[in-house]
Amino acid sequence: MILEMLDSPFMQRALLAALLVGITAPAVGIYLVQRRQALMGDGIGHVAMTGVGLGFLMSTNPIWMATLVSVLGAVLMELIRTYGRTRGDIALAMLFYGGMAGGVLLIELSDTGSTANLTTYLFGSLSTVSEQDVIAIVLLAAFVVLVSLGLRRQLFAVSQDEEFARVTGLPVRALNLLVAVTAAVTVSVAMRVVGLLLVSALMVVPVAAAQQISRSFKATYALSVAIGVTVAVAGTTTSYYQDVPPGATIVMLAIAVFVVLTALATPLARRRARTLEVSGANGSQCAVEMPGTRRPGDDVKV
Amino acid sequence: MSSEPVISVRGARATLGSRSVLRGIDLAVGRGEVVALLGANGSGKSTAVRSVIGQVPLTDGRIELFGTELRRFRQWARVGYVPQRTTAASGVPATVREVVSAGRLSRARFGLPSRGDRAAVQRAIELVGLGERAKDSVSALSGGQHQRVLIARALAAEPELLIMDEPMAGVDLASQEVLAGTLREQVAAGTTVLLVLHELGPLEPLIDRAVVLRDGCVVHDGPPPEAVGQHALPGHDHVHPHAADEPLRTGLLT
Repeated sequence: MILEMLDSPFMQRALLAALLVGITAPAVGIYLVQRRQALMGDGIGHVAMTGVGLGFLMSTNPIWMATLVSVLGAVLMELIRTYGRTRGDIALAMLFYGGMAGGVLLIELSDTGSTANLTTYLFGSLSTVSEQDVIAIVLLAAFVVLVSLGLRRQLFAVSQDEEFARVTGLPVRALNLLVAVTAAVTVSVAMRVVGLLLVSALMVVPVAAAQQISRSFKATYALSVAIGVTVAVAGTTTSYYQDVPPGATIVMLAIAVFVVLTALATPLARRRARTLEVSGANGSQCAVEMPGTRRPGDDVKV
Repeated sequence: MSSEPVISVRGARATLGSRSVLRGIDLAVGRGEVVALLGANGSGKSTAVRSVIGQVPLTDGRIELFGTELRRFRQWARVGYVPQRTTAASGVPATVREVVSAGRLSRARFGLPSRGDRAAVQRAIELVGLGERAKDSVSALSGGQHQRVLIARALAAEPELLIMDEPMAGVDLASQEVLAGTLREQVAAGTTVLLVLHELGPLEPLIDRAVVLRDGCVVHDGPPPEAVGQHALPGHDHVHPHAADEPLRTGLLT
C-alpha cells in the first residue's frame, strides 16, 4: 500500500515538497521565534497572496511571483521595524490586509484564476503540485537551508541580542534583511503544501514544541527540524489515504507533538534535576558564611 | 595618564526624540585606566556609553576609539561590550556556552570557530565562575548569573577595552564580589574599562577616575568620591567637595 503511494508521480512530488517544507520552515522559524517575531511568517503569508494573484493575472508560475512579492513585503516589514519607531504596528497591519485584499482582487481580475484556485494556495493541496512547482521548491529550499545553517552562528547572535551583535561588528542590518528574505522564500516554499494561512504554524509550532524539552539552541534547532519533517511527511501521507487537506493535517499533527512534549517536559526536568543532585553538582549548602554585616545606624540621610 | 587615549569624546551632543540628552560631553579614557560614569537616572550615562560604541548618533561632537574616528572604526574585536540587560535569554533556549560564543564573533566573524576560539570561550566562562554551568540553559540561571554570562560574552573576544552599562544592576553582593574579582584580573592584565555605575560598591578600589554627569553635562571628572561607611551604600548622596554650594546627586534614590 505504501509502495502504491510511492509509485504515483504526484505523490512523489508531494512528498518531496513536504520533506523540504518540513526542513525549511522550522529552520527559519527558529530565528523568528528567538527574536520574538513568531507571527512574521503569518504576515508574509498574507502578502504572498498578492503575489499569487499577480501570478495568475500575468499567467506566470504563482510560486515565483509569490516569492518576489513576499520578499518585497518582508523587506518592507523589516525596514518598518528598523526605522518606523511610531505606528509600526499600524503600518504592518496595512501591509497584511492590503496583501490579502490585493490577492483576492487580482485573482478575480485574471482570466484563469478564481477564488476557488486561491483556496488551494490558502490551505495547501497535494494533487496540484506540478513538476515546475517542485523545481521551484527545490531551488528555494536549497537557498533557505544554505542561509539558515551556514550563517547559524551569526543569525543566532543577531537574533539573541541585536545591539550586542552590532558592537561585534557584524553586518546586522544585512543579516536582518537576510532573515526577512529567507522567511519570505520559506513561505513560498511551503505555500503549495501547507497553504499560506498555515505556513506560519509550521515555522513556529515545531520550534515551540522542541523548546519544551531542549536546553540549547543547537538541540532546539535539530529537534524542531526533525519534528517539522515528521509531521510534514506524516500529514501528507495521511491526506493521501484520507481525503483531508494536507496543510490542516500537518498543523494538527504539529500541535499534537507540542502537547505531548509539553506533557513530557516536567517529568524530564525532574529527572535531570535528580541526576544533578546524585552527581553532587547541585550539592546543597544550607549554611553559608554571610559577608560583612553592619549595625543599624538609625539615621536616614538622603 | 597615558598619552594615547583609548576613548576620546569631545563636545558630544545627542538628542533622544526632541530632548537633549548629552549637552557637550568631553571624556578621555587612557590605556589601562578604569573610569566610572556616575550620575542619577536620566543624567545621560547610558546614552554616553552607547554613543561611544556607535549605538546613539551624535548631533555634534567627535568620538575616537583607539585613535580612529568612530565612523571609520572597524576593529570591534578590541572592544568588549556589556549592555544593560536583566536577562541573557531570548525566545529560544540557549546554553551559557552558546551565548558566550556570540562574543567571539568579533574575532571570527564568518567561517568556522577554531580551537583557539573555543578555548577563549571556555576561558571567559571560567573567568566569571560559571565553568560548571556552561552546558546549562541560561534561562535556568539567577539574575546575577545572567549578568556574569553577559560579561563572559564580552570577555570572549579578549578585548583591550571593556565598556559596561550597569553591570551590577540587580546583582546580589556575592555575585558582585565575583564580578569584581573578574574585573580585577582584567584590569591587572592591562584592560581599559569604562563602566556606568549607580554606586561604586565592591568595584570602588579598582576605579581610577569617576566622571559624574548631570543633565547631560560633565560636572565632575577626577578621583572617585571616597567610600567611607555609609558612603558606599545605595541611596547615599555623594556630596563632593568640588560642588560646594549644591550637593551632587548620584545615588539610586536621590
